[in-house]
Amino acid sequence: MTPQHASTPGEASPPALSLRGLTKTYDTGFQALKSVDLDIQRGEIFALLGPNGAGKTTLISIVCGIVRASGGQVEVNGHDIVRDWRRARSLIGLVPQELSTDSFETVRDTVSFTRGLYGRRRNPAHIEHVLRSLSLWDKRDARIRTLSGGMRRRVLIAKALAHEPELLFLDEPTAGVDVELRREMWALVRELREQGVTVVLTTHYIEEAEEMADRVGVINHGEIILVERKDALMHKLGRKRLTLHLQTALAEVPASLAHLDLELADDGHQLIYTFDTQAERTGITRLLQDLSSAGIRFSDMHTEQSTLEEIFVDLVHGGQEPPP
Amino acid sequence: MNLIGVRAIYTFEMARMFRTLAQSIISPVVTTCLYFVVFGAAIGGRIDQIEGVGYGAFIVPGLIMLLVLTQSTQNASFGIYFPKFSGTIYEVLAAPVSAFEVVTGYVGAAATKSVILGLLVLATATLFVDYQIAHPVFMLLFLILTAVTFSLLGFIVGIWADGFEKLGFVPTLVVLPLVFLGGTFYSIDMLPPVWQTVTLFNPVFYLVSAFRWSFFGTSDVSVGVSLTMITLFLAVALAVVAWIFRTGYRLRD
Ligand SMILES: Nc1ncnc2c1ncn2[C@@H]1O[C@H](COP(=O)(O)OP(=O)(O)OP(=O)(O)O)[C@@H](O)[C@H]1O
Ligand SMILES: [Mg+2]
Repeated sequence: MTPQHASTPGEASPPALSLRGLTKTYDTGFQALKSVDLDIQRGEIFALLGPNGAGKTTLISIVCGIVRASGGQVEVNGHDIVRDWRRARSLIGLVPQELSTDSFETVRDTVSFTRGLYGRRRNPAHIEHVLRSLSLWDKRDARIRTLSGGMRRRVLIAKALAHEPELLFLDEPTAGVDVELRREMWALVRELREQGVTVVLTTHYIEEAEEMADRVGVINHGEIILVERKDALMHKLGRKRLTLHLQTALAEVPASLAHLDLELADDGHQLIYTFDTQAERTGITRLLQDLSSAGIRFSDMHTEQSTLEEIFVDLVHGGQEPPP
Repeated sequence: MNLIGVRAIYTFEMARMFRTLAQSIISPVVTTCLYFVVFGAAIGGRIDQIEGVGYGAFIVPGLIMLLVLTQSTQNASFGIYFPKFSGTIYEVLAAPVSAFEVVTGYVGAAATKSVILGLLVLATATLFVDYQIAHPVFMLLFLILTAVTFSLLGFIVGIWADGFEKLGFVPTLVVLPLVFLGGTFYSIDMLPPVWQTVTLFNPVFYLVSAFRWSFFGTSDVSVGVSLTMITLFLAVALAVVAWIFRTGYRLRD
């Protein structure tokens, strides 16, 4: 489960984010993080998945300086967040999970405020670009309390981008957001990646991780239990199972079919064929031909595909390796 | 030093004040005018001079202190409490601004507002009474020192408070009584000896005394003592704020 370094850009430079033995015990005595190690490379889009209370927000809050770590080290582009906090923090943008916005300020003022807070000189052109890319430009002079929830979410994103961060955290950015805004956000994340921004997002929508992430990490009970490239996961996803319900039960797979990836189930009443949907040939036609020449007849068939969701649920509840 | 960050906080806070002009400027000034009418004109007409100063003029420094102390505490506490309450504090905690810069922004804005209010009341007072300012530079110095010290106190209250009751508690139940009992409307010579001694333990008494000296050149205790006391309060407030940020008290889990 070591993070993958191969073929990621900026091999020589330090990772965008590096966590070493990060722990957090809250004042209540609750241990929210249990020695987390994680490296995220520059320009990468990393999806952090995990059930409620897994420790996602805690992890992000520590990196951003909102919560103090109980132990371990965090570096952002090689800058330690405690010793070199000013450099580290100025590189980070955060869209928090909670919809915490000002009320009486205008959209443009609140976004410009964030830029100032991060010590960046005024840059109306950049603010305009950010507001336009989030469809907020028409609302620039509106007071925030007059905006809908989805609009406020956009404002939070605009604030996080106001100071041109290199590492962006999106803590459940699409919770309670309509399909249109979700698609806009995916487009925005792709645009950011083209600019070389590293993005770490948490989400409960597996679809979102599939859509955007280069790598996926799963966290549960304060521990990272899986980190894998998304395409590797997708490869597993790409495997399908074809189940044939046989008219007469078989004791074993006939020798003439031994070259295929077959197994028997349900006391020989079911024959299961696992295949790769992304391969050029699935081998189904051949299988059916071979079955009929072996004289095996079946009454029903169906296919099923494991999803990232299943892998996730399995991991979280079973604590086992992902299914094949 | 992130000066742009300090300026961002400062201007944000000042904008908040100007947005609520009626509540933050007009109402305190009107209230103070009422004090002038009631204490200065109505009651003051029946009171002899105190230390050679007409009663109406005598209460001017005290009234300004009353306003500056309560407003500083209230304003600075609200300024930091509200982001905590609404959750927007996350941004200040995550930004590359140091504790010193955060405090400079918030406390600087609250103190600025108090000083503006104090000067407004000073100007308004000329409508009601005649007075001269014997030591204008010291007057301004005391005004600013007091505004900063009590804005720091307000900042501490705003961090400590975890509900609106606690937020109102200190300004109305601690600061206001201390101001009234601190010689705002009288000279401590007018009190029985026991109460004179008690008053010496009231920090606000020294502020009022020094401020009155800058107007009339006379005071209950020497200016040196007052200045020492004011500096002491400032040092204590600064130490508490430093402790808050070092431990993350009620700011960072
Ligand atoms: N301030 C706090 N004091 C005590 N415990 C806390 C505090 N904040 C979070 N926790 C606990 O730490 C655990 C992790 O919380 P966290 O918010 O990091 O989870 P999460 O993965 O972000 O969950 P969600 O998907 O619901 O947002 C939870 O059990 C939570 O109750
Ligand atoms: Mg969370």
